[in-house]
Amino acid sequence: MSDDFIREVEHVARLARLLLNSKEKELMADQLGAILDTARKVREIDTAGIEPTAHVFSIPAFLREDAISPSLPVEKVLQNAPKKMKSYFLVPSITAIEEE
Amino acid sequence: MKLYQKTAAELSRLLQNKEITAVEVLNSFMERVDEVDPQLKVFITCTFDSALETAAAVDHRRMENEKLHPLAGVPVAIKDNFCTEGIKTTCASKILESYIPPYDAAVVEKIKSIGMPILGKTNMDEFAMGSSTENSAFFVTRNPWDLECVPGGSSGGSAAAVAAGMVPFALGSDTGGSIRQPAALCGITGLRPTYGRVSRYGLIAFASSLDQIGPLALNALDCSLLLEAIAGYDQRDSTSLHREVPQYSAAVDRELEGVKIGLIKENISANFDPEIKDAVLKMAALFEENGASVTEVSLPHTDYGLSAYYLIAPSEAASNLGRYDGVRYGFSANGDNIFSLFSRTRGQGFGTEVKRRIMIGTYALSAGYYDAYYLQAMKVRTLIRRDYEKAFQNFDIIVGATTPTPAFKLGEKADDPLQMYLSDVCNITDALAGVPSLSIPTGLHSKGLPMGMQLTAAPLNEGLLFQAAAVLEKCNDSSPVGRPSILPVEGSCRNGI
Amino acid sequence: MEFETVIGLEIHLELQTRSKLFCSCSTAFGSEPNTSCCPVCLGLPGSLPVLNRKAVELAIIAALSLQSEVQTESRFDRKNYYYPDLPKAYQISQYDRPLALGGFIEMEMDGAKRKINLERIHIEEDPGKLMHSGESILDSDYSLVDYNRAGIPLLEIVTKPDLRNGREARLFLEELRCILLYSGSSDCRMEEGSLRCDANISLRPAGSKTLGTRTEVKNMNSFRAVEMALDYEAGRQAAVLSAGGSVVQQTCHWDEGARETIPLRGKEGSSDYRYFPEPDLLPLILKPDYIETLAASLPELPSSRRARMMEEYGLDPADAAILTENRSLGDLFEAAAGEYKDYRNLARWVRGDLLYLLKGSDRNPSEVDPFLLIKLLTMLDEGEINRPVAKDLLDNIVKNGTDPRELVQQKGLGRIADRETLQPVVEKVLAENKDAVASIRQGREKAFAFLVGRVMAATAGRADPGKVQELLRELIN
Ligand SMILES: [Mg+2]
Ligand SMILES: [Zn+2]
Repeated sequence: MSDDFIREVEHVARLARLLLNSKEKELMADQLGAILDTARKVREIDTAGIEPTAHVFSIPAFLREDAISPSLPVEKVLQNAPKKMKSYFLVPSITAIEEE
Repeated sequence: MKLYQKTAAELSRLLQNKEITAVEVLNSFMERVDEVDPQLKVFITCTFDSALETAAAVDHRRMENEKLHPLAGVPVAIKDNFCTEGIKTTCASKILESYIPPYDAAVVEKIKSIGMPILGKTNMDEFAMGSSTENSAFFVTRNPWDLECVPGGSSGGSAAAVAAGMVPFALGSDTGGSIRQPAALCGITGLRPTYGRVSRYGLIAFASSLDQIGPLALNALDCSLLLEAIAGYDQRDSTSLHREVPQYSAAVDRELEGVKIGLIKENISANFDPEIKDAVLKMAALFEENGASVTEVSLPHTDYGLSAYYLIAPSEAASNLGRYDGVRYGFSANGDNIFSLFSRTRGQGFGTEVKRRIMIGTYALSAGYYDAYYLQAMKVRTLIRRDYEKAFQNFDIIVGATTPTPAFKLGEKADDPLQMYLSDVCNITDALAGVPSLSIPTGLHSKGLPMGMQLTAAPLNEGLLFQAAAVLEKCNDSSPVGRPSILPVEGSCRNGI
Repeated sequence: MEFETVIGLEIHLELQTRSKLFCSCSTAFGSEPNTSCCPVCLGLPGSLPVLNRKAVELAIIAALSLQSEVQTESRFDRKNYYYPDLPKAYQISQYDRPLALGGFIEMEMDGAKRKINLERIHIEEDPGKLMHSGESILDSDYSLVDYNRAGIPLLEIVTKPDLRNGREARLFLEELRCILLYSGSSDCRMEEGSLRCDANISLRPAGSKTLGTRTEVKNMNSFRAVEMALDYEAGRQAAVLSAGGSVVQQTCHWDEGARETIPLRGKEGSSDYRYFPEPDLLPLILKPDYIETLAASLPELPSSRRARMMEEYGLDPADAAILTENRSLGDLFEAAAGEYKDYRNLARWVRGDLLYLLKGSDRNPSEVDPFLLIKLLTMLDEGEINRPVAKDLLDNIVKNGTDPRELVQQKGLGRIADRETLQPVVEKVLAENKDAVASIRQGREKAFAFLVGRVMAATAGRADPGKVQELLRELIN
């Protein structure tokens, strides 16, 4: 596996917020390489003038009326919270958004 | 014949005639679970207590001569990616190991309102990503026909449970074959309905434009009954279809006279296990004997399905799984800043296959690759849809093998993702086109393992599939495979709550 | 070297719906933390978005009122990024198929007519709210998250880089605010965060057409802050360039206290948002006749009303401006103008005493009955009452809605012009001010005005000034 691709993998892992150990990185680099080779097959077809399909059926979007219905009780909102303070979710310092 | 050996339809009849009670039925299945689950490992969570309450309530209401739904008192099992209020819902992932949803999925609401006792939540590949149920973060589920083989996946738990008689039928989800492939490997009947036929509200998303909920059962009739119970429009799912739900179960009595059936060329000519292909041809012959016409049909872009699928599904998955960041719910690793909280939580919380797909999807969507990968895959998806539209101008049903091989050995493909992906190769294009597709058993392989055939129809023509499947059942006196014989061993469902 | 400043704004406005954009939680401001949350806006596993009809309607109305072209097919996309206030790790927004394209605001800027063009307008959801321990985000060791705001419907308006300085940016925002208040799509309260504005700003040599390196300025919490921050940043960039340096592309925070822009570190690199079409929402298809109907129901907008008022009522720009800036004040004026034809006098009263009394008693112009106002001005014109009395009567109209004529009758506030009543008062005043009378007789007229004043005072301002003078002359000579 080329170092470039390893760096590629590291970049993508950072975008996806996935901490990978060096063994995982190697493995990912190998397997992603193979999988992407298969995936590249889609590029063999000429799709000029073909509309992409985002939804299989084109039905009109349903619009709900602007009415309020009861929210969850706050204890249910927080029931699965790993860390909370008063009725807030608690997170560590957000000064470092990117680099670890 | 014990109650747990009966079909849902039989149980429904006996219950409605008051020949048996819901509690008796439930006890029979709970005993069966206790007997065989220690070997098969199907349930992540058993919910016997609430199931008993439901059954008792149904019996009471029946004594009061209340009008009840035909399925009231017939037990069901649910894949562990459906939200159940107050009951652990894990997606077989460490990241949701102790997650308790505050609400019920739309289909769970329907099941509850009918009065169907829920036996428990079944094992699956983590976040439904896999074809063997080996990607469960908790334990592997075994195939009732051969404990050394996988049950298929990702709905392997639900398929094994039905095949082993632990429950008359079960709910699964199918993104690229996750209902049909395990149904085939376990020798049962499984339907992926038309995209939008069943509300996805409360189904934990893998790939939103592909996910569909469907039944796994012993035969077409049971499938049709469960589909009737869960299908229908839901305002909470903007992609759900605003169409009447027909009485699917009525279709099973219809003849095949004049029905046009197409044998999918690309499937039959593929390099699959010959016994599996022969079985498909045998069934095709039976169709003809019953007055249907059978000729070849081509889906020219089939070869591109796998590539398109493994760009589209992971891309949507990468986005859908972003929310598991350790802030609001689920597993949360220690991190002294937000970045490390996020990346450690996700690095430690997700299994290898899930990480792999998140990586593929993030890559395919990232700057500079979007047009070459994701956008191109969506265009190929259009071409695949057109293949089907063309095919259904001349055919009512198109058929082929559900899987290239029968059930493979545990661990056999675990280290080779590409080989694993290939086991869904027959199921993917249907999913990309959003059409309904049913897998039925065709017979036993010389290895003693079940084989399956896949019947596909135009959108919303599920009834036609049940109709054709039922005709084959009659010709094979109910089933060409019968039931696996698993010896009970002592033990009990240890994952109960 | 001469620089030209180039500014483009990115404005986020809260659309005035009762429920959130994709769920039925309330949008009410200031409720207890995490009490307006449900599976959808918390991004709980399995939840799905359902679009709010009213949000779409308000967005279309806003777009139309800004001359933007509403698209019959637009689409929702996912903007993927990780931040603790973003429950799903993606924001549902509109990327390459926005709700509306183009548009502009034409306005007077310091006498010059200017046309500020818009790039696009789209709908998106608001994230939650973060509260930081410590002074600011920069020195906090933990933060608290409240998801009440998560999913509140926002309108994003992106302008072309057509603004040239902080003042223009402020004037533009004030006009935009005025227009959207008229169309009723947003209440535009910057303090409550229902109107937020970020800016892209760059410099280029005067006359050059190519854009220089830009910085993005955030955290400007008032129109005044926008003006100050952008002028500061323009000055900073000019200094850098003049010193032969080059501007670094970055995001800056406006520090209200320090009155300076501070570069924000860290957020760079997170700019690969991996947009793709939202699979859980179908494309938004709008029927042309639906858009027509909304267009037809649009109220007259400030700029054209301003022009029409000057034209139709012959008002000067200052009066017209005040009477349009506040929509209901303009409505009151026009309702009265229907019957009362001395428009300039009407305008003087409405923008003067009336507006003053309204502010003092914080009442809304719509609460004032235009016919009482007409009655009052007519009585004044026809000499039934004097100006000071009129002011008291107006005060009563605003505060109690009392009919001026009735009040005049029951309190007897009418004008006194008959000799029988006035003569004794005048004689009394003359008797009390003998030296004033003396100095008048020596031809010093100043004292005469003084005597008139005394008589008016003695009659609580009700005496007819003409008659008073007549009598004084007669009795002094
Ligand atoms: Mg925005
Ligand atoms: Zn909500």
